[in-house]
Amino acid sequence: MKGHGGEKMSEEELRRRLLSGLSGDNRAYHAFLQATGDLLRRYFHRRLGSLPDEVEDLVQDSLLAIHDKRQTYDPTLPVTAWLYAIARYKLADLLRRRQRREQRTDSLDKETALEPSAPEHDEMAGRDLDRLLARLPERQRMAIRHMKLEGLSVAETAQRTGMSKSAVKVGVHRGLKALSKLIQGQNA
Amino acid sequence: MKTDELVSLLAAGEVAVPRRTLPSRLALATAAGLLASIALMLGLLGIRSDLPQAAMDPMFWVKIGFAGLLIVAGLVATWRLGRPGVKLGRLPPSTTAIPVLLLWLLALASLTQATPSQRVSLLLGETWSSCAFLIALLAAPLLASTLWAMRGMAPTRLRLAGAAAGLFSGSLAALVYSLHCPEMTAPFIALWYLLGVAIPTTLGAWLGPRLLHW
Repeated sequence: MKGHGGEKMSEEELRRRLLSGLSGDNRAYHAFLQATGDLLRRYFHRRLGSLPDEVEDLVQDSLLAIHDKRQTYDPTLPVTAWLYAIARYKLADLLRRRQRREQRTDSLDKETALEPSAPEHDEMAGRDLDRLLARLPERQRMAIRHMKLEGLSVAETAQRTGMSKSAVKVGVHRGLKALSKLIQGQNA
Repeated sequence: MKTDELVSLLAAGEVAVPRRTLPSRLALATAAGLLASIALMLGLLGIRSDLPQAAMDPMFWVKIGFAGLLIVAGLVATWRLGRPGVKLGRLPPSTTAIPVLLLWLLALASLTQATPSQRVSLLLGETWSSCAFLIALLAAPLLASTLWAMRGMAPTRLRLAGAAAGLFSGSLAALVYSLHCPEMTAPFIALWYLLGVAIPTTLGAWLGPRLLHW
């Protein structure tokens, strides 16, 4: 795939592909997202050197956001100004959430010291995710469970669930959106 | 999921977006909020009965112009702050500051010419105790609808974006309220109309980080 593997796409190429994508060209849009992923990876890597695990998650979060909010691109502005503004927002958001989590974990640690029977964090996270997943519609839940949690491919998921491949893709995409809303609701 | 897979997933579906989604959502929100605000004004307060005569008084148009400039500032700020990478620019702050300063000068001129006993009535009028509250009330449906429109955008400075939505709503509400309001002095407008607009603006700044997060 062109533009993949660290070789930089110019502002003009990026912009042309995004605009073609926005008027319905899937291949151009694919190339745009791929190049944007590389761009974002470099951007987050420079800023999150100490948290390498977070970089790829943040790249994916930002790609989802860029896709969801693609109608907010103003064609009179450089694409990179738009992309970096979104990346900055997502980065700030991550740091804020981490800070809040650390504060919460601190107070949890104190409580745990007083109350040895408190359940373990990991167990709770698992139960939480199950509960959130249970609130999604059947098709979305199946798609996410197989692809995200069990690591199956689109084709395998389609075979197991009897859904079409595109239904699986749509299910994962919508399900992830719904899930991130639910999680945000919990964090707020 | 690997990032490459996510990219393929996102690029596989319908990727085209209609060109005018954002402006039409904002226009729809403004129209709905404005209708609700006008309905509230007509239902609770009513249009002042001497509107045709009042329209001959320049002070009536000072009110309209004051609200109008703030509406422009609020709208431009809302539109710019709703999209990542677009700068706020100088227009919204200056279009907010200039009408406020001009109105204060006008108010100062009228207060210095008045006798001490007149000054109080210039400042308080007949309706000082309800004016700001009523403007804020008429702004409520507009603030709700503007924030809804903004949730369809992608603001990255949430407090400022919320304040912009509040300024837009508050100044539109001030315009609606001026069709009812009997007060015609610059000091009154400089104080109570400004406070009426400031309430939804502050509320918007508070709500921004809570409602506009994405």
